[in-house]
Amino acid sequence: MDRRLVAIVPAYNEAGAIGRVVDEIAASAPSPDVLVIDDASTDDTAAIAEAHGAAVLRLPFNVGIGGAVQAGFRYALEEGYELAVRLDGDGQHDAGELTKLLAPIERGEADFVIGSRFADGTGSYRPPLGRRLGIRVFAGLVSILGRHRVTDTTSGFAALDRCAIALFAEEYPHDYPEVEATLVALRSGLRLAQVQVEMRERETGTSSITFVRSLYYIVKVTLALLVASLRRYPRLESTT
Amino acid sequence: MTPLRVSIAGVVASVLLILVILELIRGRRLKERYALLWLATGVVLLVLSAWRGGLNTVAGWLGVTGYPPAVLFAVATLFILLVLLHYSTVLSKLTDENVELAQRVALLEERVGRLTEARPPPG
Repeated sequence: MDRRLVAIVPAYNEAGAIGRVVDEIAASAPSPDVLVIDDASTDDTAAIAEAHGAAVLRLPFNVGIGGAVQAGFRYALEEGYELAVRLDGDGQHDAGELTKLLAPIERGEADFVIGSRFADGTGSYRPPLGRRLGIRVFAGLVSILGRHRVTDTTSGFAALDRCAIALFAEEYPHDYPEVEATLVALRSGLRLAQVQVEMRERETGTSSITFVRSLYYIVKVTLALLVASLRRYPRLESTT
Repeated sequence: MTPLRVSIAGVVASVLLILVILELIRGRRLKERYALLWLATGVVLLVLSAWRGGLNTVAGWLGVTGYPPAVLFAVATLFILLVLLHYSTVLSKLTDENVELAQRVALLEERVGRLTEARPPPG
């Protein structure tokens, strides 16, 4: 039996937030089934998510965000879901924006929708310098390598149709998933749409270490992107 | 010309290497597919150590005029690099397979949990 919409929520040690996150998603307008992927947390994340009515995948050891999210796509594919949304387990993505995020897919215009913080310049998110630099660099690089203008590759807030679910169940990067996944989607011929979203930011420090770390991260992800762009990807035919 | 003692030491070392590899294969502590590169390393080093004229000829090709045994080091280094590179590919593959196994386990556990709940235990 085909089911409609599943929310894929990776979580690692989010016992403090996961209950509220699951409730908010389940109560949101498109009323998705909620799937929490517990990436071998050491706290009660899995039990709390289950108590709040979510289906829970318990990874036997920590595989990192990419592997966790991919487990969610595999679940969505095998359980026959038509649509999926992906949100973070810390509550920074607002479930109230899910309808807006799904709209381009419902209209048959896109296979993969990114919740972008910079789609139309109206967003209020002003990240610290290092992070802003990284976001710019990745967006620019992915735009060039994917030959399609992308405004935000690191948001992690996304909606997918069955075509995109099938692609990511098979091909999802493990190391720096969001940035590279955008490129994989473009290279595989998925139709991409971007929707302006707001994000509740977590507290972040602005020390010099954070800035240096941002630069280091930029270099690593840039290398990963260049390597990824040398790979071959399956060419997909859109389902709609 | 290669000093005789260098050649003897080279032969002894490469024969030891080959013997250790063969013993590891015999005791099933080393899979054949990983042993092949090591065996090739041992055999090439053995040939270049024992066949002194050959080592000099190869050194001549490479422009190593002063000290032919340097070619032995170069060849040994090259093979070690190859073995390491091979290990990196093996590691990458194992990592991917490991993640996939973890995902499968999680998916199956979730399904088992659901089915067990749906069907009351017998008796």
